[in-house]
Amino acid sequence: MTFLRYFLLALIVLGSTFGDVYLAKGMKQIGAISLTRWRDLILAPFNPYVAFGILLLMMFYISYLASLSWADLSYIMPATTFGYVLTALLAHFMLGEHIPLTRWIGILMITAGVGFVTGGPSLTVTPSPEGPSPHLEVHS
Amino acid sequence: MSTARAMRRVGDFSELRRKRGILGVVRAVLTEPWFYIGLLAMALSFFSLLTALSLIDLSVVIPASASLTFLSNLLGAKFFLKEHISRRRWISGVLVLGGITLLRA
Repeated sequence: MTFLRYFLLALIVLGSTFGDVYLAKGMKQIGAISLTRWRDLILAPFNPYVAFGILLLMMFYISYLASLSWADLSYIMPATTFGYVLTALLAHFMLGEHIPLTRWIGILMITAGVGFVTGGPSLTVTPSPEGPSPHLEVHS
Repeated sequence: MSTARAMRRVGDFSELRRKRGILGVVRAVLTEPWFYIGLLAMALSFFSLLTALSLIDLSVVIPASASLTFLSNLLGAKFFLKEHISRRRWISGVLVLGGITLLRA
């Protein structure tokens, strides 16, 4: 595996996890959105944390699309699903969230269900004539 | 919590709409109506995500949105796109459902 591919995978993991964390940090700063505060939602992308998070998520998305054009989805899946666990860890250390044990187990179950199976041998990853899809493909 | 989850569901449909809309040729993409529906769905899902983040912990939102997206992808692929879903995938769906119930604790 070339350095570039390693680099792209790193961008995928770091971009999605830190991007979400900064998104969350900014939204917590803005406070709970309700129907009467809809304007705050429209202005949310201008919050510095949210803006930085959006930038990171864009980086993630571009890296994700680029990787999909070069590699099987089953190859990239571990990077994205590992991100779920990493995001939870970051939420604990960077956002100060308290995560009970049952929530950790739930996260691991979901990670296993979403990530592990999709990358299984029963997946037939053929170059779709429609071009790469940026999201999970459910094949049989 | 349930209202935020309902809002998050919009993200699920953006996946399926995009699958419909993505074509090889750029010009073909721009003239494909499903592509724009997919874009709209993605915009809605992003703002739903922001709203959910303002109300709930990130460590709940991320697995919840990932699992809901996964499940509706499964159902949508089955009924909307007429794909055949293997038993392994249904089992993984059950696993994900189990994880969601644990999140609610």
